[in-house]
Amino acid sequence: MRTASSLTRVLAAPVTVALALPLAACGTGGSGSGDATITVAYQKFGNFTQADELFKNVKADYEEANPGITVELVPIEAAQNDYFTKLALMNRSPATAPDVMYEDTYMIKSDVEAGYLLPLDDYLAEWDEWDQFVDSAKQAGLGDDGRTYGVPMGTDTRGLWFNKDVLAEAGLPADWAPSSWDDILEAARAIKQSDPDVIPFNMYSGKPMGEASVMQGFEMLLYGTGDTLYEDGRWVLGSQGFVDSLEFIETVFSEGLAPTPQQALDTNIGNTVQAEWLPDGKVGIALDGSWLPGNWLESGVAPWPEWSEKIGTAAMPTQNGAAPGAVSMSGGWTLAVGAGTEVPDEAFEFVATALNRENSLWFDVANSQIAVRTDVAEDPEYTESNPTTGFFTDLVDVTHFRPATSDYPQVSNAIMVAMESVMTGQQTPEEAAAVYDETVAGIVGDEHTTQG
Amino acid sequence: MSRGAARAVPLAPAVALLALFMLGPVVWSFYGSFTNTALTGPTAANPEWIGLGNYAGLLADPDFPKSLWLTVVFVFASAVVGQNVLGLALAGLLRSAVRPVRSIASTVVVAAWVLPEIVAAFAAYAFFHADGTLNAMLAGIGVTGPDWLYSTPMLAVVLANIWRGTAFSMMVYSAALAEVPPDLTEAAQLDGANGAQRLAWVTLPVIRRSISTNLMLTTLQTLSVFTLIYVMTGGGPGTDSSTLPILAYQEAFKFAQVGYGTAIATVMIVVGGVFSVIYIRALRPEVD
Repeated sequence: MRTASSLTRVLAAPVTVALALPLAACGTGGSGSGDATITVAYQKFGNFTQADELFKNVKADYEEANPGITVELVPIEAAQNDYFTKLALMNRSPATAPDVMYEDTYMIKSDVEAGYLLPLDDYLAEWDEWDQFVDSAKQAGLGDDGRTYGVPMGTDTRGLWFNKDVLAEAGLPADWAPSSWDDILEAARAIKQSDPDVIPFNMYSGKPMGEASVMQGFEMLLYGTGDTLYEDGRWVLGSQGFVDSLEFIETVFSEGLAPTPQQALDTNIGNTVQAEWLPDGKVGIALDGSWLPGNWLESGVAPWPEWSEKIGTAAMPTQNGAAPGAVSMSGGWTLAVGAGTEVPDEAFEFVATALNRENSLWFDVANSQIAVRTDVAEDPEYTESNPTTGFFTDLVDVTHFRPATSDYPQVSNAIMVAMESVMTGQQTPEEAAAVYDETVAGIVGDEHTTQG
Repeated sequence: MSRGAARAVPLAPAVALLALFMLGPVVWSFYGSFTNTALTGPTAANPEWIGLGNYAGLLADPDFPKSLWLTVVFVFASAVVGQNVLGLALAGLLRSAVRPVRSIASTVVVAAWVLPEIVAAFAAYAFFHADGTLNAMLAGIGVTGPDWLYSTPMLAVVLANIWRGTAFSMMVYSAALAEVPPDLTEAAQLDGANGAQRLAWVTLPVIRRSISTNLMLTTLQTLSVFTLIYVMTGGGPGTDSSTLPILAYQEAFKFAQVGYGTAIATVMIVVGGVFSVIYIRALRPEVD
């Protein structure tokens, strides 16, 4: 590898000079306003065509406003995990690295460490619209060095969804609002008593649901205990909150308040919950993401026009109701600029156009995203786009982002393993937490851990 | 110039292509397995040579011996035993079957092989799922089936791979059996050999080179089965059906540890090599 890349460098210098000479002769002389091509890489997969639509529109606008510049769209047709892989492979080679890329907040820190992304601070300082972006969302675009590498397009939050009919049956109000974990357990037990065939509470757990188990499930618990996963550059081991979170999982699965482990470990449970169980009243309460209504729209996979009357929402409470009383986790996507781009000015200009008020509004509404621009969040077209938008937008105030370092995917896997061994009764919460501590110390090294 | 060298000339393009597209990636993968190359994070920018670090990591990883064992079980049960024995039995039975039975049976068997792997995988998932076809049929006769993919994941993927791959063995053995000289079996029959004896002492020795080739092909094919297992169980529950390809995929692409993933791939090459050597030794042509 090393010999290959130095060979490329040796060859590249004279070749670049040879190519640049005739180009310079043809150029009109203006620096930055000459002919240039911006490549834009993004995901396009299955139902997810909103980014494709957005970038097609932005390309047309941008090319019209900037004659001489061509925007080349590179849609990558791949599911989420494969999209990361393909984008990383493109970034590895200067010949294929895109100038602008659709980048998950989850990948930013590790892609910064890999040297794939360009810091945008100088551009953002001069961009008059940057102060429209809410601070918590700006955090998601930070690298470990404190500089900003991604401009957020939208985010998501997580909370409790419930079927009002099922709760009414169990004697619970339509505006049910738990203030501690115990309130959730009590409600779940009441549902079980009123109808043993209903699954009282669903949370994703275990390996088949992957990151959804960790983020929608485990971290929604842990970040409400006062403990955390990662602090000051070190992974927190041996915290009480970790054990308590696993205990909650043990309680719901061992008391039969959750799906059976067989159901919970089915790779398709996500679709089943959203498209069947919640609409059919087979599950009472579900811990899930703000994007759920997207499934129930006319254009969704499981149209359900009455959902807004049948479904209620509540914030996920902290363990004992400690301030701020609620907790949420957020992800979301950004636009980032490639570190090796030859046209950084134009690339940022493209990002700024793609995420101006009008385009952000369109994307957030079309893609059921939570707005990160205050002017979009206040726009009636956004707030009226669906009845739960306001609720989930407010959760941005209490939300957390994952410590998405390059070790995070492996740490996340260790969490899934701990969840799975607790939910199936193979290990007690303490045993599973001890295995987790050992695994994480092995992954990141003892010097990157701290005792909670 | 010697005759040997002159004879090699027509082979040169094939050798060059093989070296480029087969040997090249193998060598690169082998080299990668000694580095900490990653897709993202600090070691993506500056991969380092870490010697046998990845292999030491593998030995210390409790998932690895389990995965290696599951791979051997999967290959042995579904390819060596399942596909080969069933393929040979089907080929033998179909030779003596009446024509409509033969056409219908071989069409059914070959259908599984003609399906694209992803479609076959989803079909098998739908068949073995807790609410799937198999349990629906069992319910019809009053039996409550277990959740196959959860309680017996290896059995489910082994059966699925047998279903999918038997057609190949059946076709190879059909061709091989057609080549067995009828006078040999007739002579044995006149000498009083029964069916099992004719199979063991006449038919199998005659077709042993087809057996060797077929064993090798099905083994190597089964060793690299990924889609089928990934779709049916995702390697779970836990790691109870994570064969080496699933483990390698998880390490290389889910955790972005390409170097570590290629170390697992190298182990797969070794496992395939061991199986191949065994076949070649065991079924070596004696006198011909």
